[in-house]
Formats: sequence, C-alpha cells, structure tokens
Amino acid sequence: MRGLAVFISDIRNCKSKEAEIKRINKELANIRSKFKGDKTLDGYQKKKYVCKLLFIFLLGHDIDFGHMEAVNLLSSNKYSEKQIGYLFISVLVNTNSDLIKLIIQSIKNDLQSRNPIHVNLALQCIANIGSKDMAEAFGTEIPKLLVSGDTMDVVKQSAALCLLRLFRKSPEIIPGGEWTSRIIHLLNDPHMGVVTAATSLIDALVKKNPDEYKGCVTLAVARLSRIVTASYTDLQDYTYYFVPAPWLSVKLLRLLQNYTPPSEEPGVKGRLTECLETIFNKAQEPPKSKKVQHSNAKNAVLFEAISLIIHNDSEANLLVRACNQLGQFLSNRETNLRYLALESMCHLATSEFSHEAVKKHQEVVILSMKMEKDVSVRQQAVDLLYAMCDKTNAEEIVQEMLAYLETADYSIREEMVLKVAILAEKYATDFTWYVDVILNLIRIAGDYVSEEVWYRVIQIVINREEVQAYAAKTVFEALQAPTCHENMVKVGGYILGEFGNLIAGDTKSSPQVQFELLHSKYHLCSAATRALLLSTYIKLVNLFPEIKNRVQEVFRADSNLRSADVELQQRASEYLQLSIVASSDVLATVLEEMPAFPERESSILAVLKKKKPGRIPDEVRDSKSPQPSITPAVPINSTNNTNSSSADLLGLSTPPGTIATTGNGLLDVLGDLYTTPKISPNTVQQNNIKKFLFKNNGVLFENDLIQIGVKSEYRQNLGRIGLFYGNKTQFPIQNVHPELHWTDLNKLNVQMKPMEPVLEAGAQIQQMLTAECIEDFTDAPVMSVSFSYNNVPQKITMKLPLTLNKFFEPTEMNGESFFARWKNLGGEQQRAQKIFKAQGSIDLAATRTKLAGFGMQLLDGIDPNPDNFVCAGIVHTRIQQVGCLMRLEPNKQAQMFRLTVRSSKESVSQEICNLLADQF
Amino acid sequence: MMQFMLLFSRQGKLRLQKWYVAHPDKLKKKITRELITTVLARKPKMCSFLEWKDVKVVYKRYASLYFCCAMEQEDNELLTLELIHRYVELLDKYFGSVCELDIIFNFEKAYFILDELVLGGELQETSKKNVLKAIAAQDLLQEEETPQGFFEDHGLG
Repeated sequence: MRGLAVFISDIRNCKSKEAEIKRINKELANIRSKFKGDKTLDGYQKKKYVCKLLFIFLLGHDIDFGHMEAVNLLSSNKYSEKQIGYLFISVLVNTNSDLIKLIIQSIKNDLQSRNPIHVNLALQCIANIGSKDMAEAFGTEIPKLLVSGDTMDVVKQSAALCLLRLFRKSPEIIPGGEWTSRIIHLLNDPHMGVVTAATSLIDALVKKNPDEYKGCVTLAVARLSRIVTASYTDLQDYTYYFVPAPWLSVKLLRLLQNYTPPSEEPGVKGRLTECLETIFNKAQEPPKSKKVQHSNAKNAVLFEAISLIIHNDSEANLLVRACNQLGQFLSNRETNLRYLALESMCHLATSEFSHEAVKKHQEVVILSMKMEKDVSVRQQAVDLLYAMCDKTNAEEIVQEMLAYLETADYSIREEMVLKVAILAEKYATDFTWYVDVILNLIRIAGDYVSEEVWYRVIQIVINREEVQAYAAKTVFEALQAPTCHENMVKVGGYILGEFGNLIAGDTKSSPQVQFELLHSKYHLCSAATRALLLSTYIKLVNLFPEIKNRVQEVFRADSNLRSADVELQQRASEYLQLSIVASSDVLATVLEEMPAFPERESSILAVLKKKKPGRIPDEVRDSKSPQPSITPAVPINSTNNTNSSSADLLGLSTPPGTIATTGNGLLDVLGDLYTTPKISPNTVQQNNIKKFLFKNNGVLFENDLIQIGVKSEYRQNLGRIGLFYGNKTQFPIQNVHPELHWTDLNKLNVQMKPMEPVLEAGAQIQQMLTAECIEDFTDAPVMSVSFSYNNVPQKITMKLPLTLNKFFEPTEMNGESFFARWKNLGGEQQRAQKIFKAQGSIDLAATRTKLAGFGMQLLDGIDPNPDNFVCAGIVHTRIQQVGCLMRLEPNKQAQMFRLTVRSSKESVSQEICNLLADQF
Repeated sequence: MMQFMLLFSRQGKLRLQKWYVAHPDKLKKKITRELITTVLARKPKMCSFLEWKDVKVVYKRYASLYFCCAMEQEDNELLTLELIHRYVELLDKYFGSVCELDIIFNFEKAYFILDELVLGGELQETSKKNVLKAIAAQDLLQEEETPQGFFEDHGLG
C-alpha cells in the first residue's frame, strides 16, 4: 500500500505537532470525502483508507468514522482485505458497540471456512473483543471446534484461548458433563502448542470448579514429569535456549497451585516431588549457555516450582531447599533475580517450616536494603525483613531499619515508619525499648510519622503503667534538642501532661522547667499542636498548682485569648476560667488521668494493610511469636468515645477540621469519632463477626454498592450457608469473585459453589457454601470478594460467621447429671475461665436471649442462684464429639461477669470461652 | 494473563498498543501516558519488573524501543521477559534485523505476528517455527490475490 507508506512518511517529516495535526486533518477530510463520495470504492481502496485511519488512531487521535467500511471488508473474498478489516475492528471497536451485532454474521461465515487461516482470523477477532454477544453467538460452536477430532492443531490452539476469553465473560458457556473429561484430556495432546493453550483454559476452569476438574492433576503431573526429564533436543522447537518447554512447565506448575495439596494419591504426590527435585537439581547444573535467555527461562521454571512448594507448605525439606536456592540468588549479578528472590523469600518467611532458614540470610538482606541501586529492590528487602522478623531478631532488624530510614528514599519512608512501629510494638518485651524506637522514628523521619503512629505510642504508654515514668523522662530529654519535630512536641505535650508528675521530683525536670520547655516550642507549632499544648498546660496546672500563675499568664496572652483561631481562643478562655473558678477537687476530677484505651488491633497495622493490600504476610507464625500480653483492658468510658467535646478537652484528637483534610477513614485511636466509610478501590472491611455468634441470619456486609446477607443452617458437624449478594446500584457489578481463606485447613472444610460473575443492577443472587467441621477450630474463614464497578476494581474482606459454636447440639439434662459431669470435668486441662466487665449495665433478659442463640441448651433451675446461667451442649466434629458445659455468673454490683467453660477437650473449652467473653 | 502490551520509543512515542482488557479509550490513554513516563524515568541497571497500580509491569529495552507488558500478580515475571524476547526474535526473523522503522511502516504485520503469539492475553504458541509458518501462510494467501493495488500504487489507476 504505497499510499499508506507515503502518508506515514509525511507524518514523520512533520517538523511540529501543529504540522502533524494539519496533515492528519487533511487526510481525514480526504478519506471522509472518499467514503461519502458517489464513486463506489473497491476493496483495495477501502483497505488502504481503513489502514490509514488505523494509523491515525494509533498516533493517539480519535476516529469517529470508517467503522462501516471496515465491517464491509470482513466479507471481502480477498484475505488481505479481510485481515485489515478484522484488525481495525479488534483495535477500535469496544465490547459494547452496536457494531458487534453486524460483524457476527461475517465471523460465523469465516468460522465455517475450510481454510484454517480464515477460521483463525475469526477466532482471533472473537478473542480480541470477547463480548457477551459473542459468547452467546459462538458459545456452542467453539467448544466443538476445540475437542473435535477433525480440527487442525493451529485452530485448536486458538479455539482453546478464545473459549477462555469468552468463559471469563460468561462462565456458563462451558458445557460441562462429558466435555469436562475431553477438555482435561487435551493435556495429553501430542501437539505441545495445543497443550500450552489448553492449560491456560483448564487453569481458569479449575479456579471456577475445582472438584469437577480434579482429574487434571494426574495428567498435569505426568506431563510436567515428561518435560522436566526431557533433554533439550527432545522437544525440538519447544525448547527455548536449551530449556525444555518453559512456558508449558510454568503453566502446569500454576495449574497445580489450584489444589492443596495437589493430590492425595501417593503415586502422584511422589511423582510431583520428583519433578520439583529435578528442577532444583537442574538449577545447580552448570549453564548450557551464557545467554540471559537461558538462565531466565530456567529460573522462571524454578521460581514457579518454588511458588508451588510455598503454596503446598507441607514438605519441610523442599521449603528449606527453596530457601537455600533463593539465598544464592540474593547475591546474583542480575538485579531481576535478586528482586524475585527477595519477593519469593518473603513468602517463605511466613511458613513455619522455612522461617528459620530464611532468617539465616538476614545479613545479606540488610545489605540489600542498604546497598541496592534500585528502590524497588530495596523495597522488597524491607518487606522481607518485616516478614522474617520475630522475637529473636526484632531488636536488630528494627535497629537496622531505623538506621536505614535516615537515608531511605522518600517514596518508601512512610511505609517503613509504619513497619518499624508495628514490629516494635509486636515484639517488644520491654516497653521502654518500644518507646525509644518510636521517639527515634519521630526524630529521624518525623514528617513520615502519621497520626496513627503517635496516637498508638500514647495509647500504649497510657495502658502500661510500668513505662510511664520512663516515657516522661525520655520525651523530656528529646524535647531539649534545639530543633525537634512537631510530632515530638505532640507526643511530649501529651505525655508530660499526663505523667509529668512522675519526673517532677528531679530539679532538672521540675514543673517550671517542664512547662517552659514545652512552651518554648509553642510559637513554632501549628494550630492543632498548640491546641493540644493548651490542654497540656491546664493538666499541668492540676498536677502542679505552683505554676498556676505562670500558665494563666499564657492563657491570658493576646495571642491565645484573642487568637484568630477559634479553637485556640475557646480553649484559652475556657481553661483560664477553669483554672480560676474550679476548686482543686473539681480540677482534679475534670482533668483526671486518661483511662486506659480498649485493646484492639493496632490501628497502624490497619493502615499498612490498606496501603498494600495483599502484601502484608499473613500471620502464620502466631503460635511461635505471640503478641505481647497486654494488661487487661478496662473498657473506655463511653463518653470518651462518643462525646467529642469531652474528647477535645483531653486534647488528644486534633480538631475535626484537620482530620477532614487528611482523614480517609483510618482508624485512629478515637477512631469511632471521625471514621468516614469511603468507597475506595480495595476497601478492606472488617465486619463485626461477633454479632453472628448468636444468630445465623442477617446482613454480613453493606456499603453503597453491595449488600451481602447470610442465611445458614447447621446439623451435626455440617453446615449450609447461603450468601446473598445484592447490587444496590443502577449499574451492573462485574467480575464478582469471592474467595475463601482460612488457616485451619485440616480442621474445617468449606466448599463454595460457583456463582455468576455479573450482578445486574438492583439484582440479588445467591451462592451456597457447605461447611464441615473436622476438628475443633479457632479461626473463622476470611472471605474476600473482588468485583469491579464502573471498571474500578473493588475488594471487600470479611470474616464468615462460621464459628465453633455453630456445631453445637443442645443437650437437656437434670441438675444431678449436670453437677456430676461438671465435677468430672474439673481438671486443669478441661477448664477455661474468664472474668470480664459488662458491656453496659447488666441486662439479664438480653443475656438470656443471646445465650439461647448461641447453640447450647439453657438449663433452668439447676444453679441455686437464679441469676446465674448454665448451659450444656455437644460440639460435633468429624473426628469426635465434645461434651461442653458452661456457667455464666453476673455480678451486678461490680458490673462484671465470670464465665466458666468445661469440656473434655482443652482447646474446645478455650475457644468457647474466648467466643463468649466480652459479649454481655 | 497479560492485560496489555505497549511498544514505545525512547522519546516516548507509542509505536504499538495491544489491550487484552476492555477499558474506555480515555483510561487507556491515561494509563499509556503514565506508564511511559514511569518506565522512561528508570535507569538502565534497574530491575525489569515493577509493581505499578494493581498490575505487574515487565519491560525491556531493545535498541530504541521499549517493550512493556502489564501482567497480573500471579504471572511469572521472568517468563514474561522471555515472551517479549520471543516476540522480538519473531519480528527480527520476519523483517530481517528489525528496526523501529519496520514497525512504524508495517504496524499491521507487527499486530498479525503478535496475534499468533499471544491470544486473549495468554500465550498461544511458543514455537518460533510455527508462528513464522502461520505468518508465511498468510502472506502466501495475499500473494495469490490479483495485485490489484499495483496500478494505483504506481499512479496508473
């Protein structure tokens, strides 16, 4: 097409953007007039003009005509014209265009062509567009092409991937039944290209319906085994730089990651282990070529094998071998390999089998964090250090991270600050160390210390008496630095206001000195910090009456009492009055020490999870590295949580105005005040699973887009759970894909039925889950539902209301047998007890209703005290039945409950006790 | 699954784009613009992979052209690099020492070759021989047709 080449040259010769646009507009006008003109154009001319339009589009200009001419080309009997028509359509036509209906007939004709090249052209077009209309029109034809004996290999390949594309759009087009086994058997096809294409299709089918396609495991392992043991000459052109069929190997290894473990059959399992070992052995062999393609292909297979090993998480020696192999890569010349090795090790660190092995590489990883030239590699090193951290190495890792933070890239500082703060809190055995770390964080990277981090340190200091004096002394020293970060002033102000009295005995930190030190920073601070400091001052007046006059002077200063900032003005005048009017008793009551904060998940962790969804390793190692035991939480006085004016007086929260600008619904310490649930991509929502302890039906999750309801019933150790997904919007919600994760895989079995991926506007669809309790378990499965709304991917994560008590069978018994059993279950291993404060005032009727829904039988007239509740039930699991007794004693004076659970199995007693504690 | 592939020059000019996910044109342009800027800002010795928004970007520079693929999280990075390499090898074999100009003037061929290699975002055929065979068969069909454009091309039509 000479005309096209001339046009392209013209464009390339344009000296300026303007000249280019001018030339393009001229051409567009020309083409338009040709298309509109009376003279009918022949196929060649149409092809040429359509091609020019395509080129113009690819330059980044919008094209709003020419579609019909392209559609006409499809029915041309000349292949070259047809091909250009198809190209134009696959590049320019969107899935929802009306044009699609027009081209379906042409595609149908080509699909029936005897020439495989024409058939492939049609298949490629379907795969490129992959709309719903296409799925409807070709849903029966393409599966036939795929499994028919007469289809040529090249067509089969395209048919497999075409079907995959349509399946992603409309999952119902896969016929099922006898087709299943025919599709699975494509793994045995002699043509490697067919197997490669088919494996992608089967992988997607398996994800949707693992049970139906289980048969693929044996075939996949067999095929993999043949490849990894093949010599590089066996597979001819499917050998890539001396590596036999790397793409197919990787796809097969991926396919096997859909099952845990891939197979129960010892034969298959053994064969797979052999394959994995062969892959490791080959990695140790000297390279057959110096080309990077050779090592990349070889290592690609190796990394995928390691992913499978991590996924199975069962073979300790393979995991350790993987770790050693990756350890070698950590000092490889290739940046890419170092990056991948760090990433993959991150996963290994979360497996209990390889955690220790990963720790051996700590030094190299620390070096990577410091020395790597590429920030994304340094980032991986930081992630790995975070994942490999435990009680034994926390001090060293935190120290190194702190040191690195001084020079770290701006792009990763904020996240590093969060990580350091979390590690310090999680592994602190001595909380003075924790305080030091956080103050260092503020010193080194104050700008990157978010509100949550300094809120958290205050929370912890307030809740832990033993660290308060140390904290006061340390912040006092830190504030003496000639320049200190505003966040340090905030922490210092807050802590001295609460605990300044603990260091006032020392003349070097006498009340006057403390006050003057804080006040010397006052004029440098923002309004929010000044507001906080004013609260500190009035607290100091309460702690140290001797500085009252000096503080009053400050309140009276024009800059405060007449401040342009309303908040400051109000605080200054109110605090001034308070210090004048109130007697010391009143002052002491108003400014009483802050009550302890309720313990909850570290708010910082929530922020980190939000920043990097899916990249925070799951806590597999909980048993080994328990959270530091926290002093029993005294529930916070409810007014502190709900009444903003009282919270304000205490000065911890910044005024709502400031929060609103930075606020995005992060959980802060007074989180309930300002949380604003926003819909953002990847929202992580924690629903309150606790309310489902006592009922089986209700709304599990709801936001502006979607509502998820649950209805469930249980019998013995089995349960059926119906989930109802409702679309609350005016538009369809697409690609709905729920996934389940839980840690006690061998204790609880949950199967999820496939569901429609599209949720039409206003519609509700149901999905069934079945659950089987194999052994008593503690962790409820986490369900994450991903979907896209308006093409924006969303993700919701919530716990399923599937707790051990659901498998209770209530048991009636009289007083005599109750007490006999109670006495029998008196051993240390059988009892669990908790004492906890009532949630509000004790309401016996409400407690009764709750217990009735819990699953055990409420037994009346057994306990001599009519206010006490006793219950009995049997927990059904597949391997055993566990009898369980419970007694709940309310104490109205103290507003406390005592809960005792006894059963024949310690873990059951513990779990039932944990579930019920703090519920009344 | 591959979400899209972009070819662009060192000057940031887009030479080829292939999308395997349906996005509105506006979004495609935005993604393209941002990604080109991000990749061009990286230094030569840096890692070829980067986490970018919710995709994994794998890129490699061949002479003046960047080849850039956006993959999903579970996809294999190293093999994506080799997929790029295989595509470059195919272009090279077909055009004979391919250069940027070949791709500019014969963009439709570059698309046809890519369609044989990758379909619907998944690798279809890894054998270099088989892909070239398929393209050769297409070319043959074209040659058998009457060279209708001959006269027009030479200004005789």
